[in-house]
Amino acid sequence: MKRTMPKPDTIRKMAQMIAATRPVEIGCDECFEKLDRFAELHLAGKNAAEAMPLVQDHLDRCGDCREEFEALLAALKAETEDA
Amino acid sequence: MSDRTNLEWREALLSPQADTALTDLRAILLRGLRYALAGRGVTESDLEDFTQDALLKVLRELASFRGEARFTTWAQKVAVRVALTELRRRRWRDVSLQDLLAEHEESDFTPAVLTDKAPDPGQIAVRTMMMEKIQRIIAEELTDRQRQAMMAVMQGGMPLQEVAQRMGTNRNALYKLLHDARQRLQGRMMREGLSPDEMLAMFSEA
Ligand SMILES: [Zn+2]
Repeated sequence: MKRTMPKPDTIRKMAQMIAATRPVEIGCDECFEKLDRFAELHLAGKNAAEAMPLVQDHLDRCGDCREEFEALLAALKAETEDA
Repeated sequence: MSDRTNLEWREALLSPQADTALTDLRAILLRGLRYALAGRGVTESDLEDFTQDALLKVLRELASFRGEARFTTWAQKVAVRVALTELRRRRWRDVSLQDLLAEHEESDFTPAVLTDKAPDPGQIAVRTMMMEKIQRIIAEELTDRQRQAMMAVMQGGMPLQEVAQRMGTNRNALYKLLHDARQRLQGRMMREGLSPDEMLAMFSEA
């Protein structure tokens, strides 16, 4: 089988990701565990990223978790809006 | 509608007369999902199904709710995960990892993409060299699994969940595998005399 080669744009993204890699990162499970609290802080106008930096860090890196966070925010905003 | 305390929610859902609480929770989740999934082309019956699945999951996992957020926030989080998991599954159902990766086989290495964005010829040369270096390092440092996962996510745009499922693992483990891969690459880059900061600087203004 031929080996798949990364395109220049992918390499650029990879370079950024490699450079930004830290020894300590949380996984999707831990992020999910803390996501409700994180979302509440965020919606309360508090600095959630500062209070829970590893969650913010994970959200910056993980598309699946980021998508769920954004959907959760939308769902929570619905709760506070008039029916 | 959601003016129960966390404790009251738990007690109500666990009591033999949970009907009212279930109805209330159902309405909250349905409404939340409607907003959360707006613009994704989901049908009313999808919303009903997701809500039902979410409700069951919430009840199943009630014991794991630790009260660090409001109960309804926790439940909505579970619901959003249920719905998006299913939507991703549908969206990618017909795409195999082989197909996804094959699309990019032999993709030629066109410096045109670079020249457009790089400010001067000197920098273009440096970047081209750097890209070649990264390609080589990826080939040398990563296991087949790591490379496959990284390509599927970063180039193929496939969600971790779907890559994980195709590779016989789960999303959390796949994230760790990718983290390990990134760390290996970073270590190698540093051994080759390139610091993360330099690398960021080189690629960020592109
Ligand atoms: Zn994640």
